[in-house]
Order: sequence, then C-alpha cells, then structure tokens
Amino acid sequence: MNLIKKIEAEQTKAYQDVKAGDTVRVYFKIVEGKTERIQIYEGLVIAMKNAGIGQTLTVRKNSYGVGVERVFPMHSPRIEKIEIVRYGKVRRAKLYYIREKIGKKAKIKEQLGGRKPPVRSQAVQG
Amino acid sequence: MIGLIGKKIGMTQVFDDAGRLTPVTVVAVGPNKVVARKTADKDGYDAVVLGYKDMKKVQVTKPYAGQFPEGVAPTKVLRELRDFSGEAEVGKELGVSLFEGTRFVDVIAVSKGKGFQGVMKRWGFGGGRNTHGSKFHREPGSTGQSTYPHRTFKNKKMPGRMGRERVTVQNLKLVKVDVENGFMLIRGAVPGPRNCVVVVRSAVKKAK
Repeated sequence: MNLIKKIEAEQTKAYQDVKAGDTVRVYFKIVEGKTERIQIYEGLVIAMKNAGIGQTLTVRKNSYGVGVERVFPMHSPRIEKIEIVRYGKVRRAKLYYIREKIGKKAKIKEQLGGRKPPVRSQAVQG
Repeated sequence: MIGLIGKKIGMTQVFDDAGRLTPVTVVAVGPNKVVARKTADKDGYDAVVLGYKDMKKVQVTKPYAGQFPEGVAPTKVLRELRDFSGEAEVGKELGVSLFEGTRFVDVIAVSKGKGFQGVMKRWGFGGGRNTHGSKFHREPGSTGQSTYPHRTFKNKKMPGRMGRERVTVQNLKLVKVDVENGFMLIRGAVPGPRNCVVVVRSAVKKAK
C-alpha cells in the first residue's frame, strides 16, 4: 500500500485550504491545437468531493442570467492554480440548496478576517 | 514475447498529459531470476523458467533445491514462459526495465475465490420475477428433457464453486514503467487479490 500512497503523493498538489462557500478563481489550462492558454473561471464553491487523488470541487457561477456549474478535478495537471477571492461563512458542507435560491437568498455571508488554516495542513507544510 | 513475474499491489488513479484520470493497477516486479532454459531439441519446446521471491534457508527442501542450477538461489515462485525473446542466460536477473517500450500487456493470475454461487452470479442467468405472485426467483430452471435423453448433459451450467481459477486478461495498456522503484502501472483491473502473484507478458494478440 505504501507504493500506492507514494504514487498518489507524487501527483497531489498543495493548495490553500478551499472549502464550500468560498468564492474562488480557477486558472484552467486550455489546449487549442498547439497553443495553450489559461482560462479563468470564477465562482462559488458549492461542493468538495474528497476522493484522494480524484478530489473535485464544484464551482457555480451566474453567466448572463444562467447558472453554470463546473466540476474541476483539483489535482489535474491542467489546473494552473486556485485562488481564493472571498472566504464564505456557511454551516453545511454541500450548498446544493443555492441552486433554487435567487436574489438575496442566494448570497453567502463573508467570513471576515479570513480563516485559520487547519492543523492538518500546517503539518503537511512543516 | 517477454514476460516477468510480479506482485499485484492494488489500484489507484493517475493523470495523463491531457488531464484525464486513468484507473491503473500497480504491479511490483522484483528481480526475476532465470532458473532454466528449455530448448526444442531437448524438451520439445522453447521456454524460460523464471524464479521470483527469495526463500529462507530453512524453507528449502533438498528435492526442491535440486531443480535449481548451481549458483542460483532457490526461489518461492517458479513460472515457465514459452517462446521468450530477448536475452535470458541461466542465472541472469531480469527487472522491469525489460518492459520499456512495450505498449500492451497480458496479465495472468489466479482470480479471487467467490465460494459456492448460484447460476445468476456464476453464469449470468436472468432469474425469475420477484413480484406478482412469482415463486421463481433465482433458480436455474430446467436442466434437460424427460424421456429422451433422460439425463442431464455434461457441462450444464449449474451452481457451484466460482472463481479461484487461472485467468488471462489480454491487451491491457501499459501506462508507466518505473525502473527505479521496480513497478509498473497497467491500465484497468487485473485478476486476483492484492499481494497475489501475477505474470505479466507482452500482449500476444496486439503488436507493439
């Protein structure tokens, strides 16, 4: 099993601690023929699915009145970086309810003063 | 044909260059020793005998040790591979580097035992209706006719022991060969439980 952990660790990227409720900016590499460009996708994280190397985050945004959701595999080599724009204050892990809300109800309160990094990620860095 | 004996470690996923996640099986290949060579003149066919996993001295019986030529320490696992191409003198050690440049492989192993199973799981029978008064659920049904032939034919698909048999899976893509750590990544699933002995050979039906 150690060999498997090693293979997974090689591909895992270190990120800032993203959580549901945060507004993020995802820098996604797009290959068009031979050229490569970076597309920025900004929106609200409504879900994180933690499945080891296949960890994903679902980002929802409103594009010209239409709700758009994209699921990004977090450790994909095509993700350049993930930037946190705003920390959200939420009480649940999955914010699927927000799909049915409009206007003020679809808003997420901001966690002012940022968020302390969890002990777990500190241990990884040290 | 080239081949080696290895150990199934387990499954995981890896990203390819395009960012797609691929399911892979990790197969560790320790050093394989060439124990003997069989030749068409002497034995009627060409093959190499590979040995894998070293043994403790106390485990080796004299008759078992007798199979090994001088200078080659006895190994736990012995497998014969027919029509081996590539260098393989007796006593030589072979590693994963043998598979560099190979794109597709076949994997041979003993599958997981499933115990005594019914016909639906073992042979894929359809079974009967569960509701609407049906009393026929998972039974095999009729096994033959009456007066003639008056017997059940051989090889009739019936319940019984399932699994724990030699299985070959062909044309699996070789995703990565790691010479340094002695393992390879094979796309998809491979027969057998974790830590079982598997034989990996270059694909017979798919050219390089």
